[in-house]
Order: sequence, then structure tokens, then C-alpha cells
Amino acid sequence: MASKAIVGEKVGMTQLWDDQNRIVAVTVVKVAPVRVVRTKTGDVDGYSALQVTYGFRRKSTLNKPDLGQYAKAGVEPGRQLLELRIDSVDGFTPGSEIDAGSFLVGDLVDVTAISKGHGFSGGMKRHNFKGQGASHGNHKHHRAPGSIGACATPSRVFKGTKMAGQYGNVKVTTQNLEVIQADPERQIVLIKGSIPGPKGGTVVIRNASKGGL
Amino acid sequence: MNPTDLVDRDSFRDDVPAFAPGDTLKVHVRVVEGSRERVQIFQGVVIRRQGGGIAESFTVRKVSFGVGVERTFPLHTPVVSKIEVVTRGDVRRAKLYYLRDRVGKAAKIKEKR
Repeated sequence: MASKAIVGEKVGMTQLWDDQNRIVAVTVVKVAPVRVVRTKTGDVDGYSALQVTYGFRRKSTLNKPDLGQYAKAGVEPGRQLLELRIDSVDGFTPGSEIDAGSFLVGDLVDVTAISKGHGFSGGMKRHNFKGQGASHGNHKHHRAPGSIGACATPSRVFKGTKMAGQYGNVKVTTQNLEVIQADPERQIVLIKGSIPGPKGGTVVIRNASKGGL
Repeated sequence: MNPTDLVDRDSFRDDVPAFAPGDTLKVHVRVVEGSRERVQIFQGVVIRRQGGGIAESFTVRKVSFGVGVERTFPLHTPVVSKIEVVTRGDVRRAKLYYLRDRVGKAAKIKEKR
């Protein structure tokens, strides 16, 4: 599990030059300081996690149970309440803040987000099928998947066969991405390469569970 | 304005002169050889400017010993130490790919006056 975690908002991608003048493609993540609302420990809750919030929100838009959570912690209400699973909650109390500075340049991180939703998509978009010919007598089967199995043996379609269906809008984690810049003053973290989700989507950055140090 | 401007601002160069396709440029390229670094000049005609923002690039074409050579540079790359405009060209299109099919006098670009 992760020892560090933070919540951010995907801003978009851009590029910058490293010290050897090579272009590095980076994703910009806006990371406002997150406020701890509650700590969960193994003894009490069965697992350790931080319940956090970020940003700000009018109190009138909250329901009473949520408002009570904030009031108990003495924390200003934020955009949403979410949980960050971490190894140990030592050193965190309700009200303490985590900002972009908790990550260092060169750290390897895992980034989790809800991927872009593509709706119910055909095989060509969803699984990169080739489709079929535009001509040579083809009639109304240009984007069809083709065969989905054999005949009398096994006389069924195997489970997991790639077909059309819901594409995207699932929780996706991209592992072992490098932190290029982490600036608590400007509230941004730059991550090398791409991360899941649309611009403006909520992302969770944790230090890498595999690889790294 | 792009949402990523906050980050791009660090990489933008402010010493890029105004130039357009058809102009002749002297591009001062920093070349690293082992531990030494020297400046090499690539002089030729701009045949395109492409892209926008921090990712904008331009292509310079010259004919070297009878062989056409084209180099594409990111506009804001630190590899280029200086861009000098030598002449302004009078051209009617944004992409001068037709120069590739021309040699000698036909490949000449009228100077803007």
C-alpha cells in the first residue's frame, strides 16, 4: 500500500524541456492542499486510511450527515469527501493538511482515476479491431467484428470474447509514472506521460506500489 | 488561453523574432560534442510553421552541395541559441512544399519590398 497519497484535478497535457534539452511530455495535475477530516486505523475501522477533502464548498449545499462529519473534525467543507488508503496514519490528525510538497521530483507514483467514458462502443473502437473492407461486394458489414468463434465444437461463445460493449468510465490505475515537478506554491504536480480520465477529472496520486524505492 | 499556461510560461522564449514562411533565417544551433559545446549555423528558407503554443515548430530548408536538407525545430527549444532573420520573402502560401520540386533559379523566393 501507499505511504503517501494526495488528490488532484487533471488540468491537461503539455511539454517541457529537461536539463539535457529533451522534450518531456507531462500531465499537469492541480493539487490543492487536502485537509484530513478523519483518520481510520486498523484497531477501530479494520484498515488504515485518511478521510480527506479538498477545495471549498458552500455549507448550504451539504446534507446534514456530511456536515456533521466536517463539524466534528472542525474542518471547512470541501468539494467531496474521499478516502486515501495509506500504510500508517501516524502524524495525521483531523485538520492537518497535505500538499503537493509531499511528493519529490523523481518519485515514482501510481495515478488512479475514472477513465473517459466512450459509451457502448463497437469492436473497432473498443478493441482496435480492423473492421472489414469498404468494397469488394461488402454490404453493411464495414465495422462488424467478423467471426466470434468456431461451429459445432464448442457450439458456444467463449467467455471474455472481445465484442462490443461499454468502453471506459471505469476506475483505471496507471503505474510507475515519474514526478517531474511538485510545486506546493503553485499547487501543481507534473507527471511524466499520460494519466487516465478527462480534463477536470479527479485523480488520486499515490507513491508506486510496485517498482520504485 | 490554455489551462496549462501556468506551466508553459516557464518554457516560452521571449527572444523569438517575428518570421513567416518564405523568410530566410540563420538558426544558431548549439551542438554538444563530448564535453565541448559550439554553435552551428543553419541558414535556409522557412517552409512551414506548424502547431501552436509551446509545441509550435518551424521547418527550414536549404540546399547543401546539391542536396536538399530540411530541419524542423521546436520554436521554443533551448537547443537553438538564436534565430536571425536574414531576408523577408514574398510568398502567397503558408506551406512552401513546392520548393522541394524546384531547383536552381525556380526555387528562388522573391524578396518582400
